[in-house]
Amino acid sequence: MASDAPIPAASSDRAGTASLFAAPLALLMRLIDWPMQVLQRLIGERRMAYVFLLPNLVFFSLFVFLPLVINFIFSVTGGAGLFPSERPYVGAQQYAYLFDCGSFLDASSCREDHFWRGVANTARFTVFQVTAMVLFSLLTAVVLNMKIKARGFFRAVYFFPVLLSPVVVALTWKWILQRDGLLNAAITSLGGERILFLVDPSWAMFWIVFVSIWAHMGFYTLILLAGLQAIPADLYEAAEMDATPRWRVFWRITLPLLWPNMIVVIVLALIRGVQTFDEVFVLTGGGPGTATLMVVHYIYETAFANQVQNFGLAAAASVVLGVVLFALTLAQLAASRRKGAA
Amino acid sequence: MHSKHWISALALTAGLVMGGIAQAQTTVRIAWYSDGNEGEVITDLLKRFEAQNKDIKVVLDQVPYKAITENLPVQLASGQGPDIARVVDLGGIARYALDLRPHLKDAAYWEKNFGPFLPWMRPEGDTKAITGFMTQLTVTGPFVNKTLFEQAGIALPSAKATWEDWGKAVKDVAAKVQAPFPLAMDRSGHRFFSVAISEGAKVFDAKGEPAVIDDGFKRGAKLVYDWHNNGVMKKELWGSVSGTAYRGANDEFKNAQVVMYQSGSWQIAQFDKTVGDAFDWIAVPSPCGAGNCSGMPGGAGLVAIKTTKSPEAVAKVMDYLASEPVLSEFYARSLFVPGHLGIAAKGLDYQGASAPAKAALKVFSDQVAQLSPVAYQLQGYTSNRVIFNAVISRLGQAISGEGSLDEAYKRMESDIAQQIAERKK
Repeated sequence: MASDAPIPAASSDRAGTASLFAAPLALLMRLIDWPMQVLQRLIGERRMAYVFLLPNLVFFSLFVFLPLVINFIFSVTGGAGLFPSERPYVGAQQYAYLFDCGSFLDASSCREDHFWRGVANTARFTVFQVTAMVLFSLLTAVVLNMKIKARGFFRAVYFFPVLLSPVVVALTWKWILQRDGLLNAAITSLGGERILFLVDPSWAMFWIVFVSIWAHMGFYTLILLAGLQAIPADLYEAAEMDATPRWRVFWRITLPLLWPNMIVVIVLALIRGVQTFDEVFVLTGGGPGTATLMVVHYIYETAFANQVQNFGLAAAASVVLGVVLFALTLAQLAASRRKGAA
Repeated sequence: MHSKHWISALALTAGLVMGGIAQAQTTVRIAWYSDGNEGEVITDLLKRFEAQNKDIKVVLDQVPYKAITENLPVQLASGQGPDIARVVDLGGIARYALDLRPHLKDAAYWEKNFGPFLPWMRPEGDTKAITGFMTQLTVTGPFVNKTLFEQAGIALPSAKATWEDWGKAVKDVAAKVQAPFPLAMDRSGHRFFSVAISEGAKVFDAKGEPAVIDDGFKRGAKLVYDWHNNGVMKKELWGSVSGTAYRGANDEFKNAQVVMYQSGSWQIAQFDKTVGDAFDWIAVPSPCGAGNCSGMPGGAGLVAIKTTKSPEAVAKVMDYLASEPVLSEFYARSLFVPGHLGIAAKGLDYQGASAPAKAALKVFSDQVAQLSPVAYQLQGYTSNRVIFNAVISRLGQAISGEGSLDEAYKRMESDIAQQIAERKK
């Protein structure tokens, strides 16, 4: 807008699809050019940045900030009404209900025990899943960064599950793991005893961690692979000339230079781990008992699956979950800044 | 040239007139879920209705069962629901229901033929409204794989056999024929309460308020709990998921892995189609307990919604669908137990049904007379799903090893009290 140069019209020799879009676009630009120039004259060039930010800000406010505010309002109201106007104000009652515990380490001593079982399961799941995910992603990225045969094929293979819908992933694994599933067919054909993977609490937790890693590892591998490829080759050449052992090269060159990407992977995996719902919901339904019940599943059950849809309690649990996610995001920002400053 | 102009003018006029007719049409939306073939049957019937009533267009939105139980209440609360909905949570939806009486052709016909079921669909405290009718009356009860009994050489327990008798018999059969599931029971409140009420559960106190945990209830819960520990039931249904999730054993039954499947009459059409002649299957009368031999009544109702902008058109559709010839055809083709007293009294000819399906329909129809008043009271209670969900969730936890039955009872009581208090706020 600062430039008064005329917008070039679509040249007559341009044919095909490009000109099809170029002509109306050029027309549109001509139409908005004049009012934008007037606006710029009125508010000044520097303030024009805010004008361009405005559409995104409106969209963000409408679909992110406003729901956050509405969620908070719901968390301080009670009853079964849908609209805030139909819901009585109850103050911090929903939070008090959630935090009414004999001991936070024993979910059965809590009034809302399912919430705390969800918190404990989510914490356990996140610790195991993130640790294993980061290790396997790193290992895979390092291998895929080597000059191995069919490297492109293997990169595609590892990334493929990321493209699948979580429901498809969960259903596929359910068919593999159920009583008459593929895995039990293999075990029994080898003379083994059938294992009820989704009925035994320990197996169920193991498999939701495993399936989650299988489904998402490709994404994190890709981030780490990009980081590995950005490490200057001359550092490795220098190390080779010095006959540095490979583990030392990895420890002293690869890992420190990959650290910014590692932080991104760890924080993204943590946030996703805390938010886990869809795959677990389809694969185990939160069971057996409540062995794989996650916080988001608890929120969904409380708000929608019960006859009395307790939006207030679900909203309070969402706020608690939001605070945890906010803390994780701040940790990511702090870690990134510290690394940037170093 | 003149004739061309004349033809154009005629075409334009015809177009405008047709457009006018199209604009004058009232649209009635129905949210509908299906267990079997009833979606196809109702589509046929509605086409006939539209042919007779050119001014009304009926749009049938066929949705999953979960959309009816979880999404529809939110839609209705926001005032954005359909005009008519097929629902199972009759009490939960009742506060959004439209009283059709001012718009019906003959309200007395509805009172006479749907009388006992109308209170299930009325808002709390209302004793007069007519809001809909039952598209099917369901009765819980067991299906038995007779072929497995024959292969095991074990006689079927008698019609008055107890739950314990059946538990022992199916366990013996399963052991002999290597069937993985001696007894399977849907993870559902209706199915559990058919056991609990037959064991003498009263569910309500003298004032009609929930008093769920009593000796009869405990006998029923202990029976189900013990069955999971002694191998009569497997944990795949009740112990494998959390919360209020429903789990059925349809696939296992049709694959001949289940000796006895405690489910209900709505499965008949499905088993008739999916089992075919793979094995002999029968429905048996609900087993007896210390109290009685009652199953649980239930079913799906077609309910008019009060936010509709066209109550007259809605009533016209409802009048048509509830009329005796139309409803007879609907029940007969869908293989449903009729929820219309006149049709039930005359008896239905299920022409398309196989011999096993006809026999099963007779068993379930006969069971209606055996239903306990407590079972009817529970079905008619507006917050019954609060009770069902608390029981499923907490009993499921106990079965999977998370705490004792006594702890589960305390949690059930507090869950029910908390949700009912929340509703009253």
